[in-house]
Amino acid sequence: MKLKKPLLMICTLALVVMLAACGSKDTQGDSSASGTANNDKSSSTELSGSVLAVGSTALQPLVEQAAQKFMAESQYSKIQVQVQGGGSGTGLTQVSGGQADIGNSDVFAEEKLKDEAKDLVDHQVAVVAMAAVTNPDVGLDNLTKQQLVDIFTGKVTNWKEVGGKDEAIVIVNRPSSSGTRKTFEKYALGTSTEDLKGSIQEESSGTVKKIVSESPGAIGYLALSYLDDKVKVVKYEGVEATVENVASGTYPVWAYEHMYTKGEPKPEVKAFLDYIASDAVQNGDVVELGYIPVSKMEVKRDVDGNISK
Amino acid sequence: MKAMDERPVQVGSARSARFKKHHAEDLAGRSYTFICVALLIVIIISIIYFVASKGLATFFRDGVSLGDFLFGTTWDPEGNQGEPMYGVLPFIFGSFATSLLAALIASPLSICASLFMTEIVPGWGKKLLQPVIELLAGIPSVVYGFIGLTVVVPFMRNVFPGQGIGIAAGALVLSVMILPTITSVASDALSSLPRGLKESSFALGATRWQTISRVILPTVLPSILTGVVLGMARAFGEALAVQMVIGNAPHIPRSLFESASTLTSVITLDMGNTVMGSTHSNALWSMALALMFMTFIFVLIVRLLERRHRI
Repeated sequence: MKLKKPLLMICTLALVVMLAACGSKDTQGDSSASGTANNDKSSSTELSGSVLAVGSTALQPLVEQAAQKFMAESQYSKIQVQVQGGGSGTGLTQVSGGQADIGNSDVFAEEKLKDEAKDLVDHQVAVVAMAAVTNPDVGLDNLTKQQLVDIFTGKVTNWKEVGGKDEAIVIVNRPSSSGTRKTFEKYALGTSTEDLKGSIQEESSGTVKKIVSESPGAIGYLALSYLDDKVKVVKYEGVEATVENVASGTYPVWAYEHMYTKGEPKPEVKAFLDYIASDAVQNGDVVELGYIPVSKMEVKRDVDGNISK
Repeated sequence: MKAMDERPVQVGSARSARFKKHHAEDLAGRSYTFICVALLIVIIISIIYFVASKGLATFFRDGVSLGDFLFGTTWDPEGNQGEPMYGVLPFIFGSFATSLLAALIASPLSICASLFMTEIVPGWGKKLLQPVIELLAGIPSVVYGFIGLTVVVPFMRNVFPGQGIGIAAGALVLSVMILPTITSVASDALSSLPRGLKESSFALGATRWQTISRVILPTVLPSILTGVVLGMARAFGEALAVQMVIGNAPHIPRSLFESASTLTSVITLDMGNTVMGSTHSNALWSMALALMFMTFIFVLIVRLLERRHRI
């Protein structure tokens, strides 16, 4: 008894201290980050500090892999890069609120934020293209824009109405706030759609792919990096979803992956962003992970969707 | 203690010293527990305050009416069809439907399991079932969801009409998840019954089945119901496993095999993609507030059941 009591006490106290430490983690991170930022000004030779990138799960694999390699480089070894998911909305909120150094997003900040978007600086690091996919048993090779609109707005509910076999259409969507869905709706359908009765909404592209590949009559959309033989990739207006077609601008269903900073980035953040924009990463990791390098794009697109060469 | 043996001092001062020591110990213990309790209360209150301040902003700052929120059937926070609509009735319906159905499936199974463990085969039955049920309780919900998606959903798709996704699949997955909760509460209640009750029943010539159905079950019914309510509370709050198999269409489904949503599934689905402070995000917090409110009600029901049991 005598021995147990103090032990229990110490354990609980330790727990309390740990909990308290957890609570103040954010402010600590902030203060250390700002502290190191000041240090950088005095010693410009070697950068040090921590970089926190939060947001889009679609961009996360690329940023994570780039961060690993970045930290392994000898001149950046004192910079600590942390990458977190959480979604585009979280990324934009945290970067404009100052909790994160970089906010990763699938969409332009202007589409989610209002006035706060003006303070954010856009760094486009890659391009992601999406393709409509169906269950292989549907047996369709091509869908026009109008057919896709009819399917996703519920005007057409059977595949035979668009030239397929007699089978009910099952829509597998991403949630209405998802960046992937926004891109698909904006550039493939040209209109936003509501969640139809009986349609399926899934949180991740992996689950969408699993359900589309298993459910007869299912249709969904996936980023090019997710495509394989399990699902049938459908041509859009007769154009195949390939890297070349996206780069030349003939295949329109694509979007930039953005890394936003608030104002001009701190030196260590800028070093990391420059590293991602470097040829080594753009032609290496970006391609390897199924994204398209921004430098390869022959067309450009602004916030309003206007295309320029 | 040692110091006292070596140096015999006046009795009065020794007693006061000992008294002081005990007093100090008492004080230390008191203040230590008080700090722990205060911390706990602060944490709970700040959580409630945070959720409430975000959740109530939907109504007070963003001007969504409570009636439209609770009883509206259209969920269109992005305003795809004109005005944004924040009707969460389909999600409340989905949450209740899945958790009630799950409790309905799980209760008979768990009551039978606990009877088997405590009354019918108390020896090897308990030795075999106890670890199995504890194991069930320890499996993470992602695993349940994944199994649901790979096993339950294709099974439902092949056997029933529809895509296999929906309330039925969600309830089935949940029922396995709440099985351990109900079983352990029920078997605890059963094993705490006074021996005399059963023995007098046997002495009166009742068979084992008669004893179980007429004496034991009616006596422990309130405790079993407590277990069922606790299980439902868990089912109501479960997010991940349900979200993976229910389909997440924001509509009240026409059948058990059609895509539906629960409060938790919508929150997990949307929260990463919304911007803090927007009405959409606040509406999600309001749903969290509704969930918390439901939990309070479940706790209240459990309290009432316990009180009835005591009398």
